[in-house]
Amino acid sequence: MKRRDSLKAITLSSLGFAGLNPQISAAESLSPPDVKPLKVPGGRQKFEAERDAKLNADKFFTPHELKTVTVLGDIIIPADAKSGSASQAGVPAFIEFMMKDQPQWQTPMRGGIRWLDNVCVKRFGKKFADCLKAQQIEIVDEIAYPAKAKPDMSQGVTFFNTMRGFVATGFFTSQMGIKDLGYVGNTPNQWEGVPADVLKQYNLSYDE
Amino acid sequence: MDVPQIKKAAKVYDVVIVGSGAGGGMAAYQLSKAGATVCLLEAGGYFDPADPKYINQLKWSYESPRRGAGTTRAFGDFDAAWGGWEIDGEPYSAVKGTEFHWFRSRMLGGRTNHWGRISLRMGPDDFKRRSLTGIGEDWPIGYEDLSPYYDKVDDLIGVFGSKEGLRDAPDGRFLPPPKPRLHELMIKKAGKSIGVPVIPSRLSILTKPIHDRGGCFYCAQCGRACQAYADFSSSSVLCIPAVKTGRVTLINGAMAREVITDPKTGLASGVSYVDVPTMTEQSVMGKVVVLAASTCETARLLLNSKSARFQNGLANSSGVVGKYLNDSTGASRGAFIPALMDRKRYNEDGVGGAHVYSPWWLDNKKLDFPRGYHIEYGGGMGMPMYGFGFGMEGRNSIVPGRDGKPREAGGYGESLKDDFRRFYGANIGMAGRGEPVPLESNYCEIDPNTVDKYGIPTLRFNYKWGEAEIKQAKHMQDTFEEIIHAMGGIALGKKPGPETNYGLEAPGKIIHEIGTARMGNDPKNSVLNKYSQAHDVKNLFVVDAAAFPSQGDKNVTWTILANSWRTSDYIIDQVKQKNI
Repeated sequence: MKRRDSLKAITLSSLGFAGLNPQISAAESLSPPDVKPLKVPGGRQKFEAERDAKLNADKFFTPHELKTVTVLGDIIIPADAKSGSASQAGVPAFIEFMMKDQPQWQTPMRGGIRWLDNVCVKRFGKKFADCLKAQQIEIVDEIAYPAKAKPDMSQGVTFFNTMRGFVATGFFTSQMGIKDLGYVGNTPNQWEGVPADVLKQYNLSYDE
Repeated sequence: MDVPQIKKAAKVYDVVIVGSGAGGGMAAYQLSKAGATVCLLEAGGYFDPADPKYINQLKWSYESPRRGAGTTRAFGDFDAAWGGWEIDGEPYSAVKGTEFHWFRSRMLGGRTNHWGRISLRMGPDDFKRRSLTGIGEDWPIGYEDLSPYYDKVDDLIGVFGSKEGLRDAPDGRFLPPPKPRLHELMIKKAGKSIGVPVIPSRLSILTKPIHDRGGCFYCAQCGRACQAYADFSSSSVLCIPAVKTGRVTLINGAMAREVITDPKTGLASGVSYVDVPTMTEQSVMGKVVVLAASTCETARLLLNSKSARFQNGLANSSGVVGKYLNDSTGASRGAFIPALMDRKRYNEDGVGGAHVYSPWWLDNKKLDFPRGYHIEYGGGMGMPMYGFGFGMEGRNSIVPGRDGKPREAGGYGESLKDDFRRFYGANIGMAGRGEPVPLESNYCEIDPNTVDKYGIPTLRFNYKWGEAEIKQAKHMQDTFEEIIHAMGGIALGKKPGPETNYGLEAPGKIIHEIGTARMGNDPKNSVLNKYSQAHDVKNLFVVDAAAFPSQGDKNVTWTILANSWRTSDYIIDQVKQKNI
C-alpha cells in the first residue's frame, strides 16, 4: 500500500525512474500465497489493523471474570437521572480489550478478582458476583476508600483503584459518557474566546 | 536468498536529499522551485494529511478500541506520527550508566506530522553563548544572518503570535493569535502577580488561510495531522508541493545506508539505501548530497559512510561527528484549580496546543544555572481520552462535596459519577523546556556490536545531564508551584526533588535533539561551515538540527526551516558560480 503511494508520487514527477526499477518490479510481480486481505481502516497502519483484529479475536476474561467486572463496573458507575450505567456504555468489553492490548494489567485484574472472590467466599460462602447486593456493597465499602481502609484490605484497595480508573475511562470515553460530561467540541467551529458570561463569572476580561 | 547487489542508477540528480522532515522538506521545496532535479529519499511510507486513508482528525475517543491509549503510538492512538522511541528491528543502545531515548518517525514529513507547532525564533544572544557566558559554543552566524530567513519562513508557512518587542524572543511576521482560554487567562493573571510573563503562543497554525491552504477550524488536533493543511507539516506544506513541481522524485521506503563518495575526488556522488518494501540494495547518484535524516540519523549516516579516504566516517576529520548531542531539558507539574470546578460547558478546543506561553524572563547571571527555559501550559475541557478518571481517589477529598460536607477520598456510585462531572476541566499542567549546555562528553557513536534489520550498524548513545540542567529543573519546579499557588490551585502529586533530578526528563524524551554535526569556523572542532557545508566535502550539506551548535530554549523547528532555506540559497548560488 505504501509502495503504491510512493509510486503514485513518483509518477507525478517528470522522471519515473525508480518506478521502473527491475528489482522492484520483479518483487511486486510475485503473487503472495492465499491470504485474506485485511481492510485497513483510515488512519491506521497495516500492522495496527492486523494487531487489532487479532486482539479482537482473542479472549482474556473467563465468563465468571467478565461477570464480576460487569457487576463491579455498575457499582462504580450506576445509571442515574442523567445517563446509563457502565455496562450500558459498553465498559466491560472495553476493559476486556485493554487486558489484551496492554497485558501488564492482566495479573493485577485477574488476581484482583480472585482476591475479591476469596474474601467473599471466606465471609459469605460465595464468590463476589454471586453474593447478595448488600454483601457486595459491604465488601466494596471496605476497599473503595483508601484513607480509611483497614491494612489487611490494602490489596483490595489497589485493585479497586485500578477498576475505578478503568471503569471511569471506559464510561466517559464512550458516546454516552461524553454526552453526560458535556464535552461539546470535536467539530469545526470558530474560537471567539471565553463566553462573556463566563468571563464575568470569573471576573476576567480580554482588555487587560 | 540472493546476495544483495548494488544496482547503479544511470540518472544523476542535481541533488539527493535524505529525509523529508522540516529540513529535507524545505530543501526539496526550495531547490526544486529553483529548477534543480531532486531525489528525495524517505525511510518511511507516503503520508498526506488530506487523504482519508491517513485521517484520524475529528474521530471520537470511542472510535479507538483503546480509547486513544498510546499502545502502538507513543502520543496516543490518533497521533499522526508513525514510529516512536522503539521501532521493531531498529534498535539502539546506550553506554552503561547513561541513557538517550531516540524518537523516530518513519513517514513522509517525519516528526513534523505530529509536533507541537511551537515556532520560536532563536534570540540574538542564543547564537553567542560562549562569548557571553564563557561556556558552550558560539554559532559561526548570528541572528542577523537568519532573521531574513525567519521572515520568509513566517510568510511561506504561517505562524501566529503577538508583537512583544522582547530581545530574547524576537517577533516575527505573525498571523493573529487566538484568544486565551479560561484557564489561560487565569494563568496570565497569576503570572502577572508574580512577575512571570504570559504572552500569546507562537504556533504555525493558520488563524487565517494563506497560499491555498485552509484556515484553522479549531479542533485542537494538530497532532493528528490536519486535512485542511491548516498547520505546518513538512508533508503537506513542503514535500507534496515540491513533488508537484515535477522535478522531485520522491522515493518512500528508502532507508539510507551510506553516502557514496568518489575515491578520486573525495566528493559525495550519491546515496546507497535499502529499498524497504523489497529489501533490495539500491543507490541514487547526485551532484550534491543534502542530509536531513534527523540529528542522530544524520550522524549515523556520516559515521557509517567509511571509505579508504574517510576512515573515520565522512566529513569527520575533526572527530566531532556525533558529539555535542543535546536535547532540551523538560520538567512538568500538574495542578487542580478548585475555582474551575462545576464549569459551564462550551467548546474550548481552540488550536492544537496552548494559546499562551511564558518566554524566559530572568537573568541567568543572578541564578545558579547558566541557561533559561520557557513554560508551556495545558488544561481545559478537552475530549476525554484513555486515562480520564484514573486517580480520582487522590483528588475528590480535596474539596467538599456539593452539599458542603467533607468527602472521603475514593468511593463509588452516583456521588463518584458526579465527581467526574464536577472535576472536568479543572486541571492544568505546565511544562518547562530549557536550553542545555552542549557537552563533548554527550555523544552518539556506532555500536561495534549491533546492526539493525537492514544490516546497518546502529547507534550507541552516551548521554548524562550535568549540574546546569538539574539546577534548571529545580528552578522550574519552584516556579510551577509559585504559579499554581498564585492561581489558588493545588499542586498534584509530590513535588519532584533531588531523588528524581527534580523531575528532569531523560535525554531524548523532549525530542529536541541537535548538535551532532555542528557548524563552526574552525574545521578542527566543527563538521560544517557557516553554510552547513561539510568542511571536508564541499558538495555535502546538512540541513537538519545536527548542524546547530546550540538550541536556546527555542524548540528548533523554525530554525531548521530558516537554516535549510539559507543553505538551499547557498547551494543554488554555488552551483551558479560553478563552485560545486
